[in-house]
Amino acid sequence: MGSTAALFLARGGMSTALIDRGPLCREASGVNAGTLTLHMTRAALIPYAIRGWEMWQAAEDWLGRGVAARAVEGLSLAFTEAEEDLLVQRARVRQAEGAPIELVDPVRAREIEPGLNPAVRRAAWCRIDGFASAYLTGRAYRHALVDAGADVREGATVKGIDRTGRGFTVRMEGGETLAARRVVLAGGVWLERMLGWLGVHIPVKCLVNQLVVTERIEPVMRTVLSIANGLLSLKQFDNGTVLIGGGWQGIGDPDMGGREAIPENLVGNIRLACHVIPALRATRMARVWLGLEAETADALPLLGDVPGVPGAYVIGSVHSGYTSGPWMGRLLAQHILGAAPEMGLFDPARLLDQTPAGQETGEAIPL
Amino acid sequence: MKGAGVRAEQSVDLVVLGAGPAGVGAATAASSAGARVVVVDENAQAGGQVYRAPPGTYGIDAPDTPEAREGARQRAALGESGVTHAAGHRAWSISRDLAVDAIGPHGLVRWTPRTLIVAAGTTERVIPFPGWTLPGVIGLAAATVLLKSQGVLPGRSTVVAGCGPLLAAVAVGILKAGGRVEAVVDLAGARDWLAGVPDMLSRPDLLRQGAGWLAALAKARVPLYRRHAVVAARSHGEGLAIAIRPVDAAGAPLPSGAERIVSADCLAIGHGLVPSTEVTRLLGARHGYLPERGGWIAETDGDFRTSVPGLFVAGDAAGISGAVPALHKGRIAGFAAAHDLGLIDGARFDALAAADRRALARAERFGRAAARLMSPRPALAATMTPDTVVCRCEDVTRAEIDAAMADGADSLNQLKAWTRCGMGPCQGRTCGEAAAMLLAAHVGGRDRARFWTGRAPLRPVPLADIVGDFDYDDIPIPKAAPL
Ligand SMILES: Cc1cc2nc3c(=O)[nH]c(=O)nc-3n(C[C@H](O)[C@H](O)[C@H](O)COP(=O)(O)OP(=O)(O)OC[C@H]3O[C@@H](n4cnc5c(N)ncnc54)[C@H](O)[C@@H]3O)c2cc1C
Repeated sequence: MGSTAALFLARGGMSTALIDRGPLCREASGVNAGTLTLHMTRAALIPYAIRGWEMWQAAEDWLGRGVAARAVEGLSLAFTEAEEDLLVQRARVRQAEGAPIELVDPVRAREIEPGLNPAVRRAAWCRIDGFASAYLTGRAYRHALVDAGADVREGATVKGIDRTGRGFTVRMEGGETLAARRVVLAGGVWLERMLGWLGVHIPVKCLVNQLVVTERIEPVMRTVLSIANGLLSLKQFDNGTVLIGGGWQGIGDPDMGGREAIPENLVGNIRLACHVIPALRATRMARVWLGLEAETADALPLLGDVPGVPGAYVIGSVHSGYTSGPWMGRLLAQHILGAAPEMGLFDPARLLDQTPAGQETGEAIPL
Repeated sequence: MKGAGVRAEQSVDLVVLGAGPAGVGAATAASSAGARVVVVDENAQAGGQVYRAPPGTYGIDAPDTPEAREGARQRAALGESGVTHAAGHRAWSISRDLAVDAIGPHGLVRWTPRTLIVAAGTTERVIPFPGWTLPGVIGLAAATVLLKSQGVLPGRSTVVAGCGPLLAAVAVGILKAGGRVEAVVDLAGARDWLAGVPDMLSRPDLLRQGAGWLAALAKARVPLYRRHAVVAARSHGEGLAIAIRPVDAAGAPLPSGAERIVSADCLAIGHGLVPSTEVTRLLGARHGYLPERGGWIAETDGDFRTSVPGLFVAGDAAGISGAVPALHKGRIAGFAAAHDLGLIDGARFDALAAADRRALARAERFGRAAARLMSPRPALAATMTPDTVVCRCEDVTRAEIDAAMADGADSLNQLKAWTRCGMGPCQGRTCGEAAAMLLAAHVGGRDRARFWTGRAPLRPVPLADIVGDFDYDDIPIPKAAPL
């Protein structure tokens, strides 16, 4: 999200530096499951996700190079009565926000996805769904940012930001500083800490999501699949590998990063996947990794002005934020450049924590 | 595994991963000091690479060599010890609390020891060249497996190439088994070998064996090309046309040197051995780059403790030096583990480890001299032409790697993400060294290039084995995501 904001700011004529302590897009934005979906995103974010989805599909046009985005249909599935109720409820609220979702019976569901377990009871079918290869994100953005004249600084850890009369001084590890009129905080799960540099306290929770990818196999599915409660995301890429996700938790936190997978949770996640597409049993798991995802108290984004700090902005904690990330970044850039954003922002002031600093932390929640 | 999260659990003090000489040494030593030990290995029998037993189904007996006798002795010692040998078990996940998850003949198993000794040995380094993925091109280590444990010749006629003691071992093994060796192509020159002689004199028996091998090759009139590298292999009729060229000490082809073509139907080639670091990287142990000991490697103290509490690494995985040192390293690590477990005190540990320490010091001189011959030669990267496939699981060429580096990839992890190099089923075990070599040249050294983050699973595992038989209701589904 920081990369998109920086890109549109640089293109908007602002002299822009993008600072990251690692290589670009190697945290959540480079390791996520790449599902471009409306089924999983929060209902309130559906209009944003649709615009983000469109941006990813047309990435070659505005970003210069793509992230192998594909448009396919998506099915959210119910295997029990309780899941059916949930499915209907979730579909309704999403339809109301403009998602083209239709409820279908098992026969129709198996026409759409022939590899599906016949035990499925009902499915929500969305024509707007798809996936990208998130690991390509940094490469695409790096090109675009350099072309736009942004000063890209990788491997530069920010230690703090001081307010000065005319703006801010950004202090980096190693002693280097950078003066700026405005700052955008786009630190993912590290946002709580970054806001703290400016004396603002907003708790940000850290989820530690596990992902599993299989070796390449012949086509066993064509759509993006999830289950009603959102705890599975499943897709097969063009190269034949199948990605199994859904937010099952591993061990980690903002300090140590994603440390390790919890084997029981891998087993659970993979069972769910094999239940949905039984042909998956015949493949092998190739790799497991973890990514850190940020969540605010109301699970809605931080997008707008840092409360009480003129010239400072924040972007992050967006549910299914890979899907809507480009759109969110563009909205913030519009706001900073002084234009009215095309859609409403999410004012961070609503989340201000009133307890004195130091008493509350955004703890990782174990599963 | 039926039902949710049900696992066979066994209470142990120590898990030893790998049943080669280091693993057998570690397990039996710790067990003799009172530890409850399980040694886990994916093979059906103990012995590791060097003392690999013939598979029972082949109906062949191991030849009566000193090596085969040592292997039989170690298997017997393991059998008579109190150690549980979990043969045919593949460890796929190891957690930082040292819990080891494995898949065995009866499904998923988990051990939760207080200490773990990694004795996972080595993998072979093969620096790619045009044609290295053709059928008929195999690793030197693979050739030894074919010859030793399966009694199979790698080809009717073979070119043996690369560096280190395996060259002569494979060539002579082929001759003994009745095959033809068309040429031996050695990266090292006579001077490199001679430089090792003073240290090799510490093991006159092995030095004699080496001299005997050379004599056998001379007798069979096998051409020996010293300071030469294979630069390409092409299909030629039913076999291979193998191009070789003279190189300098760093492995760079000499501009003046003429190319020569040798024909054979097999090329057995290896550029040295690399300590296995999958587990130590997965557990976040500190690593460093020590080329003379094999390359990227977990740092240890003198008793083979890594920087992670409770985690030891022994044998070639702790630095290449061969089978005999591996046994002693394993035994020292085993006693040290027993000490750290509180089963023996410091004085007792010193007494138990003393003989192995002395033997190790002797044996390592030879082993390290041999390892030096196998240390990476950075200039050998020149054999990777732009369209040479570096990662063969994912078909990534050198040109794609160069392009990613030009685009700004300056860490191995970023290079992997941008090219898929190392993302296939081998998880970089084959291409890792080559990719790291290329990146190192770009960023100024292997220390800077670092290495890929370790990831589970340690080996590709069938999903069917992971999930077992289950009911949908057995899946412990966490609470739903927010609406
Ligand atoms: C495993 C996983 C799977 C997911 N799957 C999906 C999915 O399928 N579909 C979907 O739409 N969304 C998905 N998401 C969510 C999505 O990935 C995130 O919402 C989004 O990528 C967040 O982007 P960001 O820019 O806010 O954070 P990040 O991409 O994490 O960027 C934060 C950056 O801040 C940098 N930084 C932190 N501290 C400092 C410092 N002190 N100095 C300098 N730099 C610093 C970091 O290095 C990092 O690059 C998933 C998330 C995870 C973790």
